[in-house]
Amino acid sequence: MLLAQEKIRFEQLVLPHVDAAINLARWLLRNPDDAEDVAQEAVLRAYRFFGGFRGGDARAWLLQIVRNSCYTWLEKRTPVELVTEFNEELHGGTSISPETVALQASDRTKLRNALESLPVRAREVIVLRELEGCSYKEISEVTGIPMGTVMSTLSRARERLAQILGGSARKEVSNEL
Amino acid sequence: MSCELSANTLHGYFDGELDAVRAAEFEKHMAACGECQRSLAVMSSLREGLHKADLYQTAPIRLRSRISEELGSQTRSTMTKWRWLLIPAVSFALVLLAVRVGSVLRQNRADFDRLQAELIDAHVRSLQPGHLTDVQSTDQHTVKPWFDGKLDFVPPVEDFSPQGFPLVGGRLDVLEGRDVAALVYGRRKHWINLFVWPEGKQAAVTSEGSRHGYNWLSWHAGDTQFSLVSDVSSGDLRELQQLIRH
Repeated sequence: MLLAQEKIRFEQLVLPHVDAAINLARWLLRNPDDAEDVAQEAVLRAYRFFGGFRGGDARAWLLQIVRNSCYTWLEKRTPVELVTEFNEELHGGTSISPETVALQASDRTKLRNALESLPVRAREVIVLRELEGCSYKEISEVTGIPMGTVMSTLSRARERLAQILGGSARKEVSNEL
Repeated sequence: MSCELSANTLHGYFDGELDAVRAAEFEKHMAACGECQRSLAVMSSLREGLHKADLYQTAPIRLRSRISEELGSQTRSTMTKWRWLLIPAVSFALVLLAVRVGSVLRQNRADFDRLQAELIDAHVRSLQPGHLTDVQSTDQHTVKPWFDGKLDFVPPVEDFSPQGFPLVGGRLDVLEGRDVAALVYGRRKHWINLFVWPEGKQAAVTSEGSRHGYNWLSWHAGDTQFSLVSDVSSGDLRELQQLIRH
């Protein structure tokens, strides 16, 4: 009886966020097939741990499990990626014009490639904030980044993304010359 | 950066995450700082591109059905295992747990405004296949007349596609036993329900909150009550509220 009730509660609270789960997995793993496998496994793991869910933000709770599953998956396959930190030299002073960014970002393929080329820790905050619409508090819950550091992490990630887009614009110009 | 405020503040401002005092400070600074204005414009271009590029990946139907199947089989197998093991102990534990869970649920429910719970239930219900809209149209001139004769009031219907909140359609819903208008807006790959119903005299206060990952935002204007419910961020809901109010 209780198990059936728990299942219904799980279906009502957690399953509406399966899209969020697959979206996060897809951007962390950069491969739709792997993302499906890992997201499915993460949802089932969430089901097994559902007894430990104390209420609150079910989406953030599920995404936290999805993120952990993705990192475990990545650690097995690409250990280098995870230790790549932001290149601090790139950080600071955005020298790209809003027009250039707008132009580059209007090309879906370029934008997707730029986002995929970001280090995973930068990519995840952009995906959570811009695609998933998470608040800083939710980003902190999902990623474990302290509340006070979410803003600076996002700041670096966005500047990095703008610079990648600006860089590909410069490359085009020099190719044309 | 030559500007004395850290670049981070700009991002907090851009995300609507600064408190009123810090936001006002930043605005004052930005009015005189070309560099911050420019950075903010770059971030806006970036955000606009990300939203327009439709990069959000939704779950394919096969994944949803695989998950449902797995959930079914996991529930059954656990029950079979438990039935043959320690029947008395487990049933005793279950009874204790059921009582506890039941009282926790009732307690939560009581703490939580009953109407907000109904709003979220109505939102979740609307997400079941085929339940979202009775009239599906992005044209406000199709959706608005549809409510004629179905309700004893006329809900305001407006499309906000240019601002990133396309009107998807409308339907009738029931809240606390009375018919209300539900308008559905899209936000990226998410749905937002706007519930509208007439409500006599009330203070014009805005209340908002979240529960289980769903955010709600309610306000009163004239003799009408408005409530937005969605899993999009509370910032997005406030943005839509501003659009509806103007």
